[in-house]
Amino acid sequence: MEQTDLVLLWGSNAREAHPIYFHHVLRGLDNGTRMYAVDPRRTSSSKFADAWLGLNVGTDIALANAVGREIIAAGLHNTEFIAHATQGFDDYKAAVEPYTLEKGEEITGVPAHAIRELAHEYAGAGTAQILWTLGITEHHNAVENVLSLCNLALLTGHVGRWGSGLVPLRGQNNVQGGGDMGALPNRFPGFQEVEDPAALAKFEAAYGMPLPNKPGLHLTLMFEAMERGEIKGLYVIGENPADSEADVAHARKLLDGLDILVVQDILMTRTAEMADVVLPAAVGWAESQGTVTSSERRVQRVRPAVSPPGQARDDTEIIGDLANRLGVDWGRPSPQDLWDELRSLSPMHAGMSWERLESEGGLQWPCTDLDDPGCPFLHGWLWAEDLDGREPAPFNPCHHEGPKEQLSDEFPLRLTTGRALDSYNTGVQSGGFASPIRYGDGIDVNPVDAQRLRVVDGERVRVCSRRGSVETRVRIQPDIPVGLTFTTFHFPELVDVNRLTNPEWDLRSGTAEFKAAAVRIEPLTPGLPNNPSPTLEPATENADG
Amino acid sequence: MADLFIGDDEADDIERAAVTAAVGTGTVVVRADERLVYGGTHRRREHRHLLLPALHALQNAKGWISPGGLNHVCEVLQVPPAEAYGVATFYEMFRVDAPGISPETTHVSHVCVDAACQIAGNEELIAELEAGGAHVHRSPCLGQCERAPAQFHQGIGRPDSVPADAEEAAVQIPQQGDPSLRLLRNVGVVDPTSLDAYRANGGYRALAAAVEMGPDAVCAAVADSGLSGRGGAAFPTGVKWRAVAAEQGRPKHVVANCDESEPGTFKDRVVMEQDPFAVVESLTLAGFATGAENGWIYIRGEYPLATARLSNAVVQARQAGLLGTDAAGSGHKFDIEIRRGAGAYICGEETALFASLEGFRGEPRSKPPFPTTHGLFREPTAVNNPETLINTLDIVANGAQEYRSRGTERSPGTKLLCLSGRVSRPGLYEVEFGTTLGEVLELAGPLTGSGTLAAVLMGGAAGSFVGPDALDMPLTLEDTRERGTTLGSGVVMAFTDEIDMTAVAVRIAEFFRNESCGQCVPCRVGTVRQHETMVQIQAKGALSAQRRSLVDEIAEVMVDASICGLGHTAASAVNSAMALGLLPEGGLDDDH
Repeated sequence: MEQTDLVLLWGSNAREAHPIYFHHVLRGLDNGTRMYAVDPRRTSSSKFADAWLGLNVGTDIALANAVGREIIAAGLHNTEFIAHATQGFDDYKAAVEPYTLEKGEEITGVPAHAIRELAHEYAGAGTAQILWTLGITEHHNAVENVLSLCNLALLTGHVGRWGSGLVPLRGQNNVQGGGDMGALPNRFPGFQEVEDPAALAKFEAAYGMPLPNKPGLHLTLMFEAMERGEIKGLYVIGENPADSEADVAHARKLLDGLDILVVQDILMTRTAEMADVVLPAAVGWAESQGTVTSSERRVQRVRPAVSPPGQARDDTEIIGDLANRLGVDWGRPSPQDLWDELRSLSPMHAGMSWERLESEGGLQWPCTDLDDPGCPFLHGWLWAEDLDGREPAPFNPCHHEGPKEQLSDEFPLRLTTGRALDSYNTGVQSGGFASPIRYGDGIDVNPVDAQRLRVVDGERVRVCSRRGSVETRVRIQPDIPVGLTFTTFHFPELVDVNRLTNPEWDLRSGTAEFKAAAVRIEPLTPGLPNNPSPTLEPATENADG
Repeated sequence: MADLFIGDDEADDIERAAVTAAVGTGTVVVRADERLVYGGTHRRREHRHLLLPALHALQNAKGWISPGGLNHVCEVLQVPPAEAYGVATFYEMFRVDAPGISPETTHVSHVCVDAACQIAGNEELIAELEAGGAHVHRSPCLGQCERAPAQFHQGIGRPDSVPADAEEAAVQIPQQGDPSLRLLRNVGVVDPTSLDAYRANGGYRALAAAVEMGPDAVCAAVADSGLSGRGGAAFPTGVKWRAVAAEQGRPKHVVANCDESEPGTFKDRVVMEQDPFAVVESLTLAGFATGAENGWIYIRGEYPLATARLSNAVVQARQAGLLGTDAAGSGHKFDIEIRRGAGAYICGEETALFASLEGFRGEPRSKPPFPTTHGLFREPTAVNNPETLINTLDIVANGAQEYRSRGTERSPGTKLLCLSGRVSRPGLYEVEFGTTLGEVLELAGPLTGSGTLAAVLMGGAAGSFVGPDALDMPLTLEDTRERGTTLGSGVVMAFTDEIDMTAVAVRIAEFFRNESCGQCVPCRVGTVRQHETMVQIQAKGALSAQRRSLVDEIAEVMVDASICGLGHTAASAVNSAMALGLLPEGGLDDDH
């Protein structure tokens, strides 16, 4: 990241949501990296960029396709790489053909010449990376959004080389580690498919019992299963769905209807308050022994600095004791025992001995044997002479669809949600600390919209979507485009923002469309002379209406 | 740095207009469209160097930099307010507190309080001015030591000026018109405002010769001439130019260091005022020789006439095609931008000058890396002062051998000397290296007043005092070094035994205390302790043994551990005064 020529920061406000990672971005900028920011909002990250392109919410595919079409039309695509390492280029080319610069501008709202500039800069850069986060993935068509960006990397060869690549920023220090360990409904540890008979057999042999050979449910499907009454008990470890789910009022009702809810957490979350049993856990970062895996796939040791308070215990101990009560004796494996078991089952971790993690300060997977130095970047095989015997990487043509929820006379404003620097997610971990830069709850509104709504800065308003309404105050923000509103969801105690958000979710990723709801803003006191009853036309700036 | 938290104070229309005139509009953040905004780290960096001109504009508009004005500049240039405040408060010529003067006030009178003016009645001048209702600011050396006590008018809503410049002096230098002059041959003889006059007297002959010879031969000639830097450090100019010429692939710069602020020094001012085209021509020649496309003139803010004359010279040269895409038909692109300093001695130090020009506090950088690889904007840069630069014209036009026919083997050529103090004909002199100190003082005429010669300050506040026994000393780099002193920037300031040398030493110590940039501890603390010691001597007429031993220790620490030359030399004049017995010594018990 620090040595790349160009960064496309797409749907990410990393400066606030990934402040530590953003230090590396800043170091890159310091070294001369140029940056383009693509985001509906002119975020604080965007202000570090050479240019900000403000697209309409949910038009990422249209923009990516217009960029791809321009790269092809200008002859800037990497024909050699495409022929060598990819398949499906012709279909992709045909698919993006309708997305001319003019069409791109029409759909996305970004001026055609800016799309052209972006295309030429990205294709012309020596090395380039696309960074994205939830602005891409918290949509009903999340996977297609991602694929449309991957297409650009395949088109230009900006992947699988030092300094070039595709970088989804992870939201927590160890969310990658969770995936590594198999905390996914369709994978065993080391990302081995549960439907792969060989993998299944290996794990069944190791664990000494039959295992399900079909993928389990992800979070969103679990809630649907709860609704159908198929799930009656839930064991929640380190998650706060009672605040974080889209259409949260509905989610809470489902949690309430469970026969048993067990919550294992380091803090008394709203979900924990609803639980039948709460298992206080030790903090992973300061009170536990084990490993974490960062966004760059680097596995590192962590060690306890303090003892957990009160009755809080290490997660592995709690789970082990629970197994014991359920009649299975797992003994008391040490973190190193657990790690060695993982190494014996997950080839990508096999070379990472406990000693090496210690002496080399962390290793990046895949690291298959003790002499393997680990892998600083993925997909290098795309450049290998024989592709390491793999299939060429496929282009995945995608088409613009726009957000599920249309704007209407009744709900004329687009609402998108995100994070602020001083707070973290539902505020469970950050709400207890004072911050001089915390502005609290509020909804960002462009001055033009504020004037239309006849609301003033700081005024309390009601925000309504098709699912519910909340009260909050207006923050007039010149940097947010007309027709768009924004709020964080850090203060569920004050403003239950996820009462508004749309639970429509992507079938492949299971992620809900937090980023695009249709809302209406009402002054709380419509009787006052400066607050006539608001009848609004839909904002025309959002071409998705 | 995108997270700017700018306060509520707002600029008024005058301030906004002044800033716009200085830096233009749409500088960093360009709102091309509601959905397209250019800006970011790189544009912010590219425009940061406009901070100093913007602050000058505010200071000039209102007589101070108001919080609203500063906020506006921060908004326009996207500079964090704390950083901009740090820059504004770095300079003598800027003030960030309301000056409390009436709106009709047209200027603030800066009166010099350094040595040459201190012994020429500056306090009487200040009293007279204050009695007349003027707003007086006590300023460090204004670079007009030959006409002490010196004054400078900092304009409010009008340009800065120097009262002495209004009096059309017929004779600019005592040796005016002397056929043996090399560097000063045009001074007082050729109209400094006319390119034609300059060319009619041989101007731009050197640059034409350089284009003929090619860059390598120019660098070789400069190296063969033995020319060394005239600012004090005496680094070989040919080595510097060759190093920059060898750098490839990055933008390169040549900088004329016109921030002459060593107390007692005024040589570059006279050259810039009276022969500005020579400075422009020689800087162009340096650009050609080093392959640099960007020329910068960083001139001290207290030199309004020199600034005007250089600006005029640059404009005329540009119009004549001597600057621009094909400068003087060389096929080489070169142009010059002029920047004013704002009153900071330290900015004469080359890396501090870069920081200042780049829009930061003028704090020196650690070397290495050296400016030839990491200079202005961290790009290869050759920095020379005007005296050094104009020497190259002679070398290129007439050849290194001819140049070496003057001076000594190890100090070839001639040297500009700034004669001031108790001499009857103070002014700028040009002598061959090797001329003795006695001969130079003779040139400047008999001593004034009724005293006898007690000491001569060589090289300015950063130099050292020598006694009357040094009159036989040949003025060369090697001889002065051997005698434990320095030629420095060419200061020769005469003191007689009527003068209270303790007061002079106190002021020198105070000067360094004020001018230390504060970045490194040895200098920041050392200069304060040194000044306290001098004050104690002045107050008690003696020094405790404890203090006396501390003086030497402080000097040693400053020399060993300071980042830059300011700290290295801050103790030298004061210590030499003590060694010569010019200050009262001993006698007191330890401090209690």
